[in-house]
Amino acid sequence: MSATRSQVLSLYKHILREGKKFVDYNFRMYAVRRTKDQFRSNKEISDSSKIQELIKEAEENLEIMRRQVLIGQMYGDGKLVIESATQEESKSR
Amino acid sequence: MFSSASRSCTRVLGTVRLVFRSVITQATDKQAAKNGAAGVEEAMRKDMPEKDIRPVYLDAQATTPLDPRVLDKMLPYLVTHYGNPHSRTHAYGWESEAAMETARVQVAKLIGADPKEIIFTSGATESNNIAVKGVARFYKAKKKHVITTQTEHKCVLDSGRVLENEGFDVTYLPVQTNGLIDMKELEDAMRPDTSLVSVMFVNNEIGVRQPVEEIGKLCRSKKVFFHTDAAQAVGKVPVDVNSMNIDLLSISGHKIYGPKGVGVLYVRRRPRVRVEPPQSGGGQERGMRSGTVPTPLVVGLGAACEVAGKEMEYDSKHIEMLSNRLVNRIMAECPSVIRNGDKDHMYPGCVNLSFAYVEGESLLMALKDVALSSGSACTSASLEPSYVLRAIGADEDLAHSSIRFGIGRFTTEEEIDYTAERCIKHVKRLREMSPLWEMVQEGVDIKSIKWSQH
Repeated sequence: MSATRSQVLSLYKHILREGKKFVDYNFRMYAVRRTKDQFRSNKEISDSSKIQELIKEAEENLEIMRRQVLIGQMYGDGKLVIESATQEESKSR
Repeated sequence: MFSSASRSCTRVLGTVRLVFRSVITQATDKQAAKNGAAGVEEAMRKDMPEKDIRPVYLDAQATTPLDPRVLDKMLPYLVTHYGNPHSRTHAYGWESEAAMETARVQVAKLIGADPKEIIFTSGATESNNIAVKGVARFYKAKKKHVITTQTEHKCVLDSGRVLENEGFDVTYLPVQTNGLIDMKELEDAMRPDTSLVSVMFVNNEIGVRQPVEEIGKLCRSKKVFFHTDAAQAVGKVPVDVNSMNIDLLSISGHKIYGPKGVGVLYVRRRPRVRVEPPQSGGGQERGMRSGTVPTPLVVGLGAACEVAGKEMEYDSKHIEMLSNRLVNRIMAECPSVIRNGDKDHMYPGCVNLSFAYVEGESLLMALKDVALSSGSACTSASLEPSYVLRAIGADEDLAHSSIRFGIGRFTTEEEIDYTAERCIKHVKRLREMSPLWEMVQEGVDIKSIKWSQH
């Protein structure tokens, strides 16, 4: 049981870390928000077969993210106006 | 003597100008060659924003970004599995065919259809063309009447015009001021020789959701085929072709975070709907749409449908929250803002607001940090007020001052706040400059003014 718990936690961390690497602002924010909400909403699930199924799905998603983050890095083109604005604000501070 | 001197002078000047021009052209050519395609792009628009200040995207009704999960499923079919899905003699064809059939199942599942009823097309425009023209032409021997509405997408309206030229009767139903059709009027418009009713599911400009269930029930009872353009609805609101009695339904790939250039036409098999295909060829897609099915695109469309099905509940909560946030912010700070379309029967991701006493185009220009539109992308080049807004009876001036905010899966709270803040600021600024607004503040009824002196 605790093995599963640590497995889920590590998966959560990996997915979150990968999501933050998206160059595209919208994809990055979505990945972080969706990951947090998904893991939170599944927190109460205790059925072990369901958990295994979700772990498999999450692992697949992590693989997708790894590939798509790379593609985003290859073809990314500039930042959104709100990203640049917040950066300037933090710089001036 | 004098005249010849002046003539030669002109000639010299002309030559100088010619040389100068050729130098400039050479320089630009070099520049373009150096910059490659990017140089051409920049040459096209001088007002393109600089890098790192890309506008916030709030035009989800025009198109949506390709979801990374969708691109991930498409890439193998762009890179490795290039077989023609209709090749029956080798593995290249078989693997592509299998992918295409999986996509068909994914699409069918989202709308509660049978995979055999899914016809892949190049987009919702083609789907609408096949549906409207195809059904009308196939049944023309007995039925010569088609009903649609005034707020449909251009491709349905234009298909209607083509049918009229071919001798069909087409009724363009008016809509009420809330954008919904009147069921009584629809029933009255039906004739014994009506072959098709085409009403769009969710309107692309004002986001109104038509009473599809009721229309379906009425059409079934009158034995009239019911087509709905669901490009803005599928994947965003629940759609079930059986419980809603839909006979034909159009889907667009790029409105649901899928690729551009692909769509679907659902065509019911029981009771069977027949269409005369506008395009002739190899008889793919049950003969309704000839031409090789683009495997990578339909794989993307299938994946987009699967993701949309899984994420619908989560997405709609998020979009509704953002929609309310935007509307409440703007309404709280700006007086005389009118929301177009019915308040209850609508898709929250499409917010159409009219800012009275502000010219819509000026506001759009001022809001260059936000990618917005005054209406449908097809008509966004013209300064004419939208025909959809005119159909719901909006005054000319209000129709001119409308802006559509399109919220999608990837829109963030930060973007909404930024947009609302910008919008409020510029509406206030533009109104301060407006003599009309000043007069309204002084209590003059604008409508009572006789502008003409004679």
